[in-house]
Amino acid sequence: MAKVTFNTDMCKGCGLCVDACPKQCLAIAQDKLNPKGYSPAYMKDQEKCIGCAFCATMCPDCIITVEK
Amino acid sequence: MAIVFEKPKALTDAPFHYCPGCPHGIIHRLVAETMDELGIEGKAIGVAPVGCAVMAYDYFACDMIEAAHGRAPAVATGIKRCRPDNIVFTYQGDGDLASIGMAETVHAAARNENITVIFVNNAIYGMTGGQMAPTSLPGQVTQTSPYGRDVNHCGWPIRVSEMLATLEGPEYITRVAVNNVKNVRNAKKAIKKAFQNQIEGKGFSLVEVVSACPTNWGMTPKQALEWIESDMLPYYPIGVYKDRSAKEDAAE
Repeated sequence: MAKVTFNTDMCKGCGLCVDACPKQCLAIAQDKLNPKGYSPAYMKDQEKCIGCAFCATMCPDCIITVEK
Repeated sequence: MAIVFEKPKALTDAPFHYCPGCPHGIIHRLVAETMDELGIEGKAIGVAPVGCAVMAYDYFACDMIEAAHGRAPAVATGIKRCRPDNIVFTYQGDGDLASIGMAETVHAAARNENITVIFVNNAIYGMTGGQMAPTSLPGQVTQTSPYGRDVNHCGWPIRVSEMLATLEGPEYITRVAVNNVKNVRNAKKAIKKAFQNQIEGKGFSLVEVVSACPTNWGMTPKQALEWIESDMLPYYPIGVYKDRSAKEDAAE
């Protein structure tokens, strides 16, 4: 199974990873704020992740690490 | 489990200062990945522009130097001629390369200087607050063209890649985009080829990356990437405009 980890403190909540995900398993945590004051992206549905790294490819802040 | 994607080693740990959703971060990463793959981080020297990417020297782990506005190709020429064994690249925006730095760019290309130029075209001046750039599209609303760019008054946007491709000098001129995963991967290939050309001593390589500026375009990051597809790419088509080695290989 694939594993996606976010460096949440560096996330700016732009949502490009959420749009890039072909399995719709990412989301923006609307009820949370990180130290920068943004709502960060998080893995909503780990089971569906296929480890394609599309999210990391589109992330402008290099905060996503993908393992498979 | 094996790591299939992580932050490249040629980027420092400094967080990018760019706005949320700014593709500068993606393009920085592609350059850094290329440096990692070619193993040139130790001998690469980057030239930072004036513009949003002015602080690129904080983000790349290789040696960096800051040039006066638009003069990055001239500075890179000096570095490359003094230190021909180093890999020299510039990273410039459209306000830097296509406006004040046009002369330096054209003449560096005409001389076929053995350098790599990464040209980020987002059709606006980002750092100064969204003024009209030489690459702003006809009708595009900016701070200095609030009714849309009037081509009768302000002229037409410049297609830098097509223009430079008419010169005999340059080795490799291409335009790529970073609006979706496929285009990002193609952009990576083009950037890698541009660095490879320099390592092989082939000469001037320029990669124009069609990018976005969500903040100054007044859009969400997602809308900005869609606007690249719908408005930018019809005026700035993706493609290889000059590849002299490939042409010579085909002729043989």
